[in-house]
Amino acid sequence: MLKLRNPFVMESGVYTTNYREDMAFHFTPIAKLRVIAIIILLYLLPMGANNYLVSLANLVGIAVIGALGLNILTGFTGQISIGQGAFLGVGAYTAGFLTAKMGLSFWIALPVAGLVTALVGSVFGVPSLRLKGLYLAIATLAAQVIIEFTLIRWEHVTNGVHGLVVPSPVLFGISLNNDRRYYYLILTTAILFTIFTFNLFRTRTGRAFVAIRDRDLAAEVIGINLFLYKMKAFAISSFYVGVAGALWAHYLRIISPEQFTISISIQYLAMVIIGGLGSVMGSIYGAVFITLLPVVLREIAGATSGWIPNIEMIINGLREMIFGITIILFLIFEPDGLAKIWRNIKNYFKLWPFSY
Amino acid sequence: MEFFLQLLVGGIVVGAIYAMVAMGFVLIYKATDVINFSQGELLLVGAYISLSLMVQFQVPFLLSVILAVICSFLVGLLLERLVLRSFINEPVISVIMVTLGLSSALRGLMQVIWSTDTRVFPTVFSQAPVKLGTVLVSQVYLWSLGISLLLLVIFALFFRYSLLGVAMRATADDQQAALSMGISVKLIFAATWAIAAVVSAIGGILLGNINGVNPSLGYIGLTVLPVAILGGLDSIPGAIIGGFTIGVLENLAGGYLDPFLPGVKQVAPFVILVLVLMVKPYGLFGKPIIERV
Repeated sequence: MLKLRNPFVMESGVYTTNYREDMAFHFTPIAKLRVIAIIILLYLLPMGANNYLVSLANLVGIAVIGALGLNILTGFTGQISIGQGAFLGVGAYTAGFLTAKMGLSFWIALPVAGLVTALVGSVFGVPSLRLKGLYLAIATLAAQVIIEFTLIRWEHVTNGVHGLVVPSPVLFGISLNNDRRYYYLILTTAILFTIFTFNLFRTRTGRAFVAIRDRDLAAEVIGINLFLYKMKAFAISSFYVGVAGALWAHYLRIISPEQFTISISIQYLAMVIIGGLGSVMGSIYGAVFITLLPVVLREIAGATSGWIPNIEMIINGLREMIFGITIILFLIFEPDGLAKIWRNIKNYFKLWPFSY
Repeated sequence: MEFFLQLLVGGIVVGAIYAMVAMGFVLIYKATDVINFSQGELLLVGAYISLSLMVQFQVPFLLSVILAVICSFLVGLLLERLVLRSFINEPVISVIMVTLGLSSALRGLMQVIWSTDTRVFPTVFSQAPVKLGTVLVSQVYLWSLGISLLLLVIFALFFRYSLLGVAMRATADDQQAALSMGISVKLIFAATWAIAAVVSAIGGILLGNINGVNPSLGYIGLTVLPVAILGGLDSIPGAIIGGFTIGVLENLAGGYLDPFLPGVKQVAPFVILVLVLMVKPYGLFGKPIIERV
């Protein structure tokens, strides 16, 4: 029986009879199997992969958490932020300061970094009550510039341009000091945040966010406190980004202000755009895509270096160019991003080969 | 006092260039509701073309400027047709993101062609500084001030009196009404981008003569954003006043505060920006948007 089933068809087996069940996560048996299988495979990944692959997976994991955060703010609540790079820096430096200079445990520093970033994020979110669209984007751009400046100049806390050396976290006496050990920390955090995000949009808060995105005035009319919920969106989103920053700091173990520039902000925006605005899975696809894009390009450059002279000289420029062109092409041809493309593929194969 | 005057004059000159670049933002925003984050890269295009013509082909300065302006005009048309045309009436986030993508693509392309080294213009303006009262100003700055002011006046007149200028204002005001009056909105959009690219190119060439040309010159696009916002994105007088205000304040902050807080010069415009936005969300002269459900 199972043999004949089309793997793209998962709807069968949904028998919800009341609203409570309808609101719940409804996994069909096969979908549940798939999710569990993917998670198990992800946990097994370090066994079959070399160090380089695991380190890439770590970068992807951190990007996933950050992209989820930005998508909550930009994709679900419709508030544009060009300050994610700086907020990442706030998280990284808070965690770094607490562990390296105050000697606190990583496990305290991690949530504190999230909370501090949430606080900073909501402060810069205050203008969002009066500012919309472009003007808000510019205000968050100002946040980016001001925070970056603070990171460079507040040397007492950040060591300025010299960078801050951060210890590795220790779990049950084991130092998470290599890619493989750290991978499990990042993976677990990323999975928890993904589940939380899925759940967030089943609650009143999440629905309010979506209502604000669709039409903020209408949302206010039906009784959503705009200021409160916009602040909440900024705080929750920044919390994610702060945690991503803290993980980043303890992964690289040396942080300096040039890791948190505007180009990082643009990369994160590109992740949510290419992945799909307002899609949880989209954030993940986008994070994978944007993190791996330069890696793939480097590989291609390495492979073609025999044919094209000076490829090393121009590879940086080329990478930047392809990054930009990718964003433009996605926006023109598939504004809903990879999430939509994946959905289209699934829909196509659902009735394949008898589509009509 | 002399120190103050020196800073003030320096600020006014830089402000004039800012005002000109900000004009590029305002032009595009007024006509098409797009804020162009790739303005800085358009600056670079002009500067690089003029520089290459001068250095590699020994073209005289004035001719190289004219050729750079023509090229920028075409680049502007091309960008509008290939990329921006698809984003009329798209959500703000897409529009912001597409111009950010454009800026990446252009910056990358220019890195591929011209590498990242700083290139210097051959001396065009005499090095000898001019004495204005008690203040010394180098000639490049004076020329920049003069050219910027001239362009600002030309544009003011253009929008006031020429048919195309009036049509552009009409389009900015209400696209549908403009269409029904027989204005080709597509043509207007193309013209807007071309003109904005030209303004940027001239700004880029002037800045290139002051500081040399390298990709980081493109970041001036970001510096100028506060200028455009301060004055209000849809106000040309706003851009001019904003340009001078930010130029002067930035220079004063740089002069008086830099010894205590190095780098404060670059941040000052953004601090001013945040403060202004808190009080006047649409800038000093911007038109508030009235929303109805």
